[in-house]
Amino acid sequence: MGQRTILYDWHASHGARIVDFAGWDMPVQYTTILEEHAAVRNAVGLFDISHMGRLSFNGPDALALIQKIYTNNAATMKDGQARYGLVCNDLGGIKDDVLVYRWPYGWAMVVNASNRTKIVDWIHASKGGLNVELQDQTLSTCMVAVQGPKALDLVAGLTDADARKLAYYYAAPTRCMGQQAVLSRTGYTGEDGFEIMIGKDHGVALWEEFVKRGAKPCGLGARDTLRLEAAMPLYGHELSEEIDPFQAGLGWAVKLDKGDFRGKDALVRRQNDASLRRRVGLELKGKRIAREGAVVKANGGAVGVVTSGTHSPTFSRPIAMGYVDPAYQKVGTSLPIDIRGNDEEAVVVPLPFYKRAK
Amino acid sequence: MVPTNLRYAETHEWASVEGDVCTVGITKFAVEQLTDVVFVELNKIGKKLAVKDAFGQIESVKSVNDLYAPVAGEIIARNEALEKDPTIVSGDPYGKGWMIKIKMTSKGDIDSLLTPEAYEKQIASQAH
Repeated sequence: MGQRTILYDWHASHGARIVDFAGWDMPVQYTTILEEHAAVRNAVGLFDISHMGRLSFNGPDALALIQKIYTNNAATMKDGQARYGLVCNDLGGIKDDVLVYRWPYGWAMVVNASNRTKIVDWIHASKGGLNVELQDQTLSTCMVAVQGPKALDLVAGLTDADARKLAYYYAAPTRCMGQQAVLSRTGYTGEDGFEIMIGKDHGVALWEEFVKRGAKPCGLGARDTLRLEAAMPLYGHELSEEIDPFQAGLGWAVKLDKGDFRGKDALVRRQNDASLRRRVGLELKGKRIAREGAVVKANGGAVGVVTSGTHSPTFSRPIAMGYVDPAYQKVGTSLPIDIRGNDEEAVVVPLPFYKRAK
Repeated sequence: MVPTNLRYAETHEWASVEGDVCTVGITKFAVEQLTDVVFVELNKIGKKLAVKDAFGQIESVKSVNDLYAPVAGEIIARNEALEKDPTIVSGDPYGKGWMIKIKMTSKGDIDSLLTPEAYEKQIASQAH
């Protein structure tokens, strides 16, 4: 048995199929992945993301510590802003991709479930003499995501903070159904939406309120097809300790001019290294799905590897992301992919595959 | 309940025999486990199969699975409609979702397959 979120019993008693994800027993689907995917693209879906790590930083040196382990620049953030960035090792490889939040009274960081312990250790190891109190609030809180074009209608009125006035990638400490909570206009689906953090004792009531309001419970299966269409990288697939942010197409989240931080020297060297593989989008002509590990070929040799692949529910065809050698990264390049011994025709396409209409 | 006029393989194929021809598909339990079927590929007519040889593949959003011959023989018909619309399998696994017809080498193969009762017991233990 893995770790369980406060919503586990709800999932299990509502027909969810449970799988292990990073040591957590999580719902992969309640109905079908295609149905749940469509709900998020066309209406609104609800996800339990309580397994993700929630860390808070307090004390006079909180900003200094975040700056030391984070590739983006936290110093230019406004109160209530959320900003994506990477935590890198000293060789410039990605330890995790994270969201940093700035509050009037401190800072917070949301990290991947699979990396939580590693990142907490890394923060402590990087702390030196800095005066910071780090708290891991993962197990005492709950986090749900409400995603889709109708997410705003569902969330509006539920919090003291006005959801309609919250800009994309901003968050507000507020009260939700009378309880202390954080409302964040962020997500991992390519749609508009919110992520809400609340004390774990109130998680089930909040979840049931969203279900009552018409949100469709969605599992990690749809979360994966949604983020893949939106070309959002997933740690352990597109991101690893061996891949640097430039290779991953995340150079925009690295601010080499912000001052010193862990991994910076290596990143300065790696940023213009044209010999490295980079992340590309791949679209297949046939119906077979190129899955993680499938070899991308050219002239009979291996020139890359697929890191994530699925059937795109929106476009009804297989899509994939992977890393390919420099000579094959250009959009329009034809590259066969070896799928179980057969070369299947694929072509490099621009990312993302899916972008919502504004 | 699974249909009582069919026999079953542990790998979730069903078999229906008429004369020396065996029609093969996959069970409702199998399609419910797969969900989200996106692709069905079947071997060509004329292909000779031993028992448990793969005769095709079924792919869902999450995974790809081989389809196994429940009896030995030669493929004499294949349901080409499935390659255009794989959702037929999910919608009607025992009817329009049939996959191939095998001209059996030995009619005795069918007796080695699971009875409806035995298959029912197997899926009850897997469904948890």
